[in-house]
Amino acid sequence: MSLGGGWYLGLAAVLFGIGALGLLVRRNVLVMFMCIELMLNAANLTFVTFSRMLNDIAGQVLVFFVLVVAAAEVVVGLGIVVAIFRRRTSTTADDLHSLKG
Amino acid sequence: MPLLPLAGFAVLVAGGRRIGDPRAGWVGTVAVAGSFVAACITLAGLLNVTPASKRVFTQTFFTWIPVGGLHVKVALLVDPLSITMCMFVTGVSMLIHLYSIGYMKGDRDYSKFFVYLNLFVFSMLVLVLANNLLVTFVGWEGVGACSYWLVAYWFRRESAASAGKKAFIYNRIGDTGFLLAMFLIFSKVGSLDYLTIFSHRQLLAGGTATAAVLLLFLAATGKSAQIPLFNWLPDAMEGPTPVSALIHAATMVTAGVYLLCRMNQVLALSPDARWVVAIVGGVTAFVAATIATSQQDIKKVLAFSTVSQIGYMVLAVGSEAYIAAIFLMVCHAFYKGLLFLGAGSVIHGLDDEQDLKRMGALRKFLPWTYGTFLVGWLSIVGVPPFSGFWSKGDVLTNVYAKSKPLWALGVVTALLTAYYMSRLFFLAFYGKDRWAEALGDQPAHHNPHESPWVMRVPLVVLAVAAAAGGVLDLPWVHHDSFAHFLQPVFATSLFDANAHPLNQWVLALVDAGVALVGIAVAWQLWRVRVDRPALEPPFLQRVWYWDDFYDAAIGRPGQALARFSATVVDGRIIDGAVNGVATLVRSASTGVRRLQTGYVRNYALGIALGLAAILVFVASRTWWS
Repeated sequence: MSLGGGWYLGLAAVLFGIGALGLLVRRNVLVMFMCIELMLNAANLTFVTFSRMLNDIAGQVLVFFVLVVAAAEVVVGLGIVVAIFRRRTSTTADDLHSLKG
Repeated sequence: MPLLPLAGFAVLVAGGRRIGDPRAGWVGTVAVAGSFVAACITLAGLLNVTPASKRVFTQTFFTWIPVGGLHVKVALLVDPLSITMCMFVTGVSMLIHLYSIGYMKGDRDYSKFFVYLNLFVFSMLVLVLANNLLVTFVGWEGVGACSYWLVAYWFRRESAASAGKKAFIYNRIGDTGFLLAMFLIFSKVGSLDYLTIFSHRQLLAGGTATAAVLLLFLAATGKSAQIPLFNWLPDAMEGPTPVSALIHAATMVTAGVYLLCRMNQVLALSPDARWVVAIVGGVTAFVAATIATSQQDIKKVLAFSTVSQIGYMVLAVGSEAYIAAIFLMVCHAFYKGLLFLGAGSVIHGLDDEQDLKRMGALRKFLPWTYGTFLVGWLSIVGVPPFSGFWSKGDVLTNVYAKSKPLWALGVVTALLTAYYMSRLFFLAFYGKDRWAEALGDQPAHHNPHESPWVMRVPLVVLAVAAAAGGVLDLPWVHHDSFAHFLQPVFATSLFDANAHPLNQWVLALVDAGVALVGIAVAWQLWRVRVDRPALEPPFLQRVWYWDDFYDAAIGRPGQALARFSATVVDGRIIDGAVNGVATLVRSASTGVRRLQTGYVRNYALGIALGLAAILVFVASRTWWS
């Protein structure tokens, strides 16, 4: 049995929406990171889906790039989080508003 | 010929300080003497050429500015007019260089003085010998610059520095006229070359010629110290006396007259402009003569006298008596140079005293100066047979043919000239020895001493020239005379054409009579007494309030404008604009700053909303198109 491409795209949209909503409402930095990952992977899912639908390998190649960049971003982001955690003992994003204009 | 002074200039610039006190002066003098000899040789060569109309030579060195239709060559034009100028410029310069060796002795910048003098002679020769207007202009600016340096030579003195500035600024006003005249002529004729301009002068006919002549005349009023730009010359007396003699009496100030004579073929096209020239010259001669009657400073009297004499030359030019103008110029160079050098000798002898009221009885102490000054005095006053009589008579005869009122003005001026020069002479050399008394806070001078021989020799040579200069152009000599020599250069000359021989005799007698009357009046008034306030009204002492007028009409409004610019334009408008931009940016950024909350979720919301907006836009374009 195989599902139509629309299902995959719908799933990706739902995942992306959950991720975006989580990013907006949660304050814990780690959770926000997970939300970002969720959104990135939702995007990856659409890439793969379209790649299969259109018989174009380029979409899957892009997914690899996205994975690599996401991994790098997580490394940097977690590094920052650890550095902040050492100074502040909390990981609430709203506490970090020292760049307020 | 001009290269020798340039070489002298270069040598003195390079090693003047090392060459030292008297020798630097000798280097300069020898350089100028060399060019005098060169001028003599050229003159002899020119005289050998016959017929006289062929006596025009152009020597091209290189093309200076080849741009489009403008080809300016650095070239010299040798013709009777330019060689005449060269003769007396180099001759008088040589004598004054020699004189300066003695006069400037012990000055701290001795060699620098000769640097400037040599550069001046070079510039003057360039001015005189140039074959086109632009090269003349180079010389014109060169002499102007040297004049500035030399007037402000004792620049540690405040008044000398500001006099230099004044001279320079007045000259700049005139130079504007020169430049505009050049543009005008080039736009009409397409060339700046004198000979080309003359052969195409019909292109300038009508209003153009009038405009060109008036612009050139503006230049001449600046350089030759005529109304309205004459005020700088008396102030220029702040310079050392040899400078006053060389630049501000004999050579540079006659450059304006020379320019007008050189452009005589253009002047011939415009009777209106000639009237302006003649009237300005006559009025200047008169005004300056009245001022000279009441000046205290010996050099100021001579300065106003120079202005007045140049007024005569300009009057002659306006009357188309170019030959008379040049003749007077040459004679004036002799006797006014002599008078200035004599005054310098007096000042030198009295340890830099320039006030006539503190002189007197000098004839016993300065016999050489007295004797030569006597000759200069009789020349300028116009007593026959000295040169001034012939040259001034020549001018007045021509003016008589042009216009009777101007002639009358000239005769009155001659009377005033005789009066003020005699006043100067009697105050300085006769009466009591007032220098021996202390005056106010100024101590008495010790006995004056006669100048060294290097200063006396030029005095004697110039005295001979001033006495005998009239021989150049006696009215009854028609061949081999000065006028005959210069004739080919000029388009017209009124001389001999309109004056009846009997008229000439009458006019000459009038001149001589006026001179004697002037002397007699001054003898009565000034031989014994020194103090006659009624004859020295403040109106004349303050130069007809010309300077005050310029101060009120130009200086004050100029300052007010500058102040207005400083406070209102600069303070409010320009600073206001700058500060206004800053204030605007600050208030705008204070508003925008509130967006920068520092909360990540706010930013994320912004991104999400923006994304949503883009999606809606793309979707709407996809579905409804």
